[in-house]
Amino acid sequence: MSFVSVRDVWQSYGGRPIIERVNIDVAEGEFVSIVGASGCGKSTFLRLLLADEQPTRGSITIDGGAPAREPGIERGVVFQRYSVFPHMSVRDNIVAGQSFQRPLGRFFGARLRQAREEADATLARIGLSHVADNYPATLSGGMQQRLAIGQALTARPRVLLLDEPFGALDPGTRLSMHDFLTELRAETSMTVFMVTHDLEEGFKLGDRVLVFDKPRWDPQDPGLYGATITYDFDARDRGIPYQNILDGLPSLGPAPVPADATG
Amino acid sequence: MRLINRRPSRPMAVFLAALPFVLFAAAYVIGSDIRLSANPQDKLLPAPSTIGDTALRLFTEGDRRTGAILLWHDTAASLRRLGLGVGISALISLVTGLLIGLLPYARRTFSDFVAVLSMVPPLALLPILFIVFGLGETSKVVLIVIGITPFLIRDLSQRVLDIPHEEIVKAQTLGASTTTIATRVVLPQILPRLIAAVRLSLGAAWLFLIAAEAVAADTGLGYRIFLVRRYLAMDIILTYVIWITALAFLIDWGLKTLSRRAFPWMGAGL
Ligand SMILES: Nc1ncnc2c1ncn2[C@@H]1O[C@H](COP(=O)(O)OP(=O)(O)O)[C@@H](O)[C@H]1O
Ligand SMILES: [Mg+2]
Repeated sequence: MSFVSVRDVWQSYGGRPIIERVNIDVAEGEFVSIVGASGCGKSTFLRLLLADEQPTRGSITIDGGAPAREPGIERGVVFQRYSVFPHMSVRDNIVAGQSFQRPLGRFFGARLRQAREEADATLARIGLSHVADNYPATLSGGMQQRLAIGQALTARPRVLLLDEPFGALDPGTRLSMHDFLTELRAETSMTVFMVTHDLEEGFKLGDRVLVFDKPRWDPQDPGLYGATITYDFDARDRGIPYQNILDGLPSLGPAPVPADATG
Repeated sequence: MRLINRRPSRPMAVFLAALPFVLFAAAYVIGSDIRLSANPQDKLLPAPSTIGDTALRLFTEGDRRTGAILLWHDTAASLRRLGLGVGISALISLVTGLLIGLLPYARRTFSDFVAVLSMVPPLALLPILFIVFGLGETSKVVLIVIGITPFLIRDLSQRVLDIPHEEIVKAQTLGASTTTIATRVVLPQILPRLIAAVRLSLGAAWLFLIAAEAVAADTGLGYRIFLVRRYLAMDIILTYVIWITALAFLIDWGLKTLSRRAFPWMGAGL
């Protein structure tokens, strides 16, 4: 049942642990929000999930496969900024979501025309048809992020990683982006990890909310220990935790009466 | 109001931009006038009218012996050397800069080497170039290449490294290979940078060209200037200097325009 499994992952930079002892199992289709103080290592954890970096210790696997050694088509990503290609038009950015897998990174002839048509359908769905020929720099922040998400989904990743994707947007745009993401999820039922510094956003969108924090703290040397997952909230059922806890952990329920005691 | 917040109005801006040119021209005219009234044979600061006459003659009248108009021949020869040198440099630096910026192995191998190379004073190599490549065209083109390529490589590899890491990661998550990332993500984004870097290095390229022509050539703008220096022909020298300046300005303007036309996505970034 575990789709993404993270086993005892540590990451240190220059001997300083940033995150330590991270263990988590995520089922396919789950939406996991990650919150925590600024600088505690959320982006680092996401880079590990992305395989942009290798953990100092531990391993991360998707669907029981071998740990990835570099970013690839399995994991899509949207960062807070710089997630689209500035030198390509909006339409070509979407086409790139498919054509980059080709040997030369491009389509030609009929295949290109077909990809452009598909891209236009995607753009219509994400509400960017009217700017298909524009360059990203002319788009608002919310439109750029919508494009980035649309582009990432075009490549059909198995896991989508979002690093504060709405962090630079104003509150109104943020809300409409929430609806946008919720709709897309309903269509694709993809596994999502989203880093956010907005707790409310985390609970609203996520099925689970992971909190990163430092459980150990040395007042003489605050950098001595790294952060880990200190809370793992069930955010379904409007964020009221433990409603279905007995389904997942029957051992917490009333002790089963031993068979021989009744006999 | 603070000085840093004061801006000239539009007519004022035009006036200010023209001011140094006008002052300079006036200073020249006055200086030339003073010297010529003291000694009509003075050659150091020829009157503007003399320069005008000389320029007209140089641009239109053929050589007495061959009938060829030397100035145009010199211009063609020099521009050919400059174009070849700068073109070859641009090509080498584009490829090398891309490799250094993109591939850690290439970076480790070449970046220190290029950094040291760029410290070698190219003009000091000129005698070696003449010995190795002879006095013909090759040595002049090679001097330009040696002179500006290290700078171009360093600039371009840095530009590649400046591309946000997020973009490179994003391309990988879309399934792009190293080649695809190089040709579809990085190359198009550093082409405008290449043009900008070439514009910056053109001054140096002219310097190396004229130096090489001054030392050994039988045609070319630099050759002609140093040839007529012997006769103190200031009117010819000044005509050539103004002509070279105009050419340099035109080339720069052309590259700027090309860049703006070819890379609309850069917006105001140029
Ligand atoms: N490549 C790196 N080298 C050294 N230190 C790093 C590197 N990446 C991140 N860090 C450090 O790790 C800590 C966590 O960074 P980050 O994961 O970006 O935090 P968050 O995303 O939670 O704000 C920061 O103190 C940062 O300085
Ligand atoms: Mg971060």
